[in-house]
Amino acid sequence: MTEKRFTQDHEWVELSGDIATIGISNFAQDQLGDIVSIEFPEINSKFKQKDAMAIVDSVKASSDIYCPMDGTIIEVNENLEEHPELINKSPYDQGWMLKLKVSNISQFENLMTQQRYEKFVGEAKG
Amino acid sequence: MRTPFFENHVKLGAKIVDFHGWNMPLQYSGILDEQKAVRSNVGLFDISHMGRFRITGETSEDCIQNLITNDISEITENQAIYSPMCNEKGGIIDDVIVSKISQDEFLIVVNSSNIKKDFEWIQRHLDGNKLKDETQKVALLALQGPKAQAIIEKQTSEITKLKPFHFMKAKLYGQDCVISRTGYTGEDGFEIFFDSSNSILWEKLLSDGQIFGIKPAGLGARDVLRLEAGMMLYGNDIDEGVTPLEAPLKWTVKFEKNFIGKNALEKNNPQKRLVGFEIVGSKRVARLNDQIIYEGKNVGRVTSGTFSPTLAKSIGFCYVPPYMQFGQDIQILIGGKNYDAKLRSTRFYKK
Repeated sequence: MTEKRFTQDHEWVELSGDIATIGISNFAQDQLGDIVSIEFPEINSKFKQKDAMAIVDSVKASSDIYCPMDGTIIEVNENLEEHPELINKSPYDQGWMLKLKVSNISQFENLMTQQRYEKFVGEAKG
Repeated sequence: MRTPFFENHVKLGAKIVDFHGWNMPLQYSGILDEQKAVRSNVGLFDISHMGRFRITGETSEDCIQNLITNDISEITENQAIYSPMCNEKGGIIDDVIVSKISQDEFLIVVNSSNIKKDFEWIQRHLDGNKLKDETQKVALLALQGPKAQAIIEKQTSEITKLKPFHFMKAKLYGQDCVISRTGYTGEDGFEIFFDSSNSILWEKLLSDGQIFGIKPAGLGARDVLRLEAGMMLYGNDIDEGVTPLEAPLKWTVKFEKNFIGKNALEKNNPQKRLVGFEIVGSKRVARLNDQIIYEGKNVGRVTSGTFSPTLAKSIGFCYVPPYMQFGQDIQILIGGKNYDAKLRSTRFYKK
């Protein structure tokens, strides 16, 4: 299994070469509750680490999704536009949000490991 | 504060939130799942946080007639009526449901956020009648949805004869209750009043409701349901800075009788108007105080917004200038970006 790293804003990242797949953690989806929409950035748009790049709306709240590493958007999970509930049901798999061509791979090492993230949110499930 | 059912909510795994000083369930299985249960089957809500006042006395009906804009003389015993209660300027102090128990006894259900304010206001206009706050003494559950009657019918067959906005005394599971055919969801359903020292009713209704697909439902689902049904939320959609003529509550103002605020409302030239909106081409949800944009200008604000599962659209209420009509195209500024929307009636959902 590919290693997941986490941000303090509850995004997860999986790295394959210089391509990062990004989503939000199980803790984040549970906090947001039923997600009803996601708004993606344009393909090819560039973001720095911690830039807001997407927005999810749940019934109760809106939440920015922050870019975990510097890079360029190369793909978005269009399936989520019709089925945003997949973010709740399958946050680490079918609920992935974006793919990023990263420009600074070393930033990955500074993100939290799963173990550290679980400690960070203070819950048993990641 | 905790209602008599707090432990039941915790046991069911509810997410608990602070709501005007009460620890209330926001959701159990999920807002959309609970909303669906109420629209297609039945849901059970703990609404014991709502304020309940009893007014007694020989002239209690006159006292209530003076306090509310709607006409209490239109109802007889065992009936209830919805009404705003206004200040001298016509601003809405609260929106309440008054039940007529007898000629000299009335029960008023008020919003939990307004219990203290309403009590003081009513006390100032009692005119020799008696006012008692029974919020802690009386528990209140709402059983809402097309299958609600089937559950109650097993206990009392008389329920099938109960008309909307009427109430009756009945025994449920051996417990003395008052059941009224009222609610805040746009579905058929009941609100059940009983002595708060006995809390078995929550579990009994849930277990008897199993075969009808009952789900416990929290404040989150309640908010979606009331918005779809076009019902106002005090503190968001209406408050003392709004008159019933600006809110879609004109039907509750009866100028042929006297009431506090009548003079002001007769002269009221509405400066704004509360209408519904739906967002077009996006499912982003508008939130409280998001701006309404028309021809590049800020012309109003959102008071409530949500995602409507029934319509599969992002909907809400907003204040706009009074000249704006249903069907008007506008934009809503959400998170720094304009989204296309259309004004429409607040009644998004009709049974």
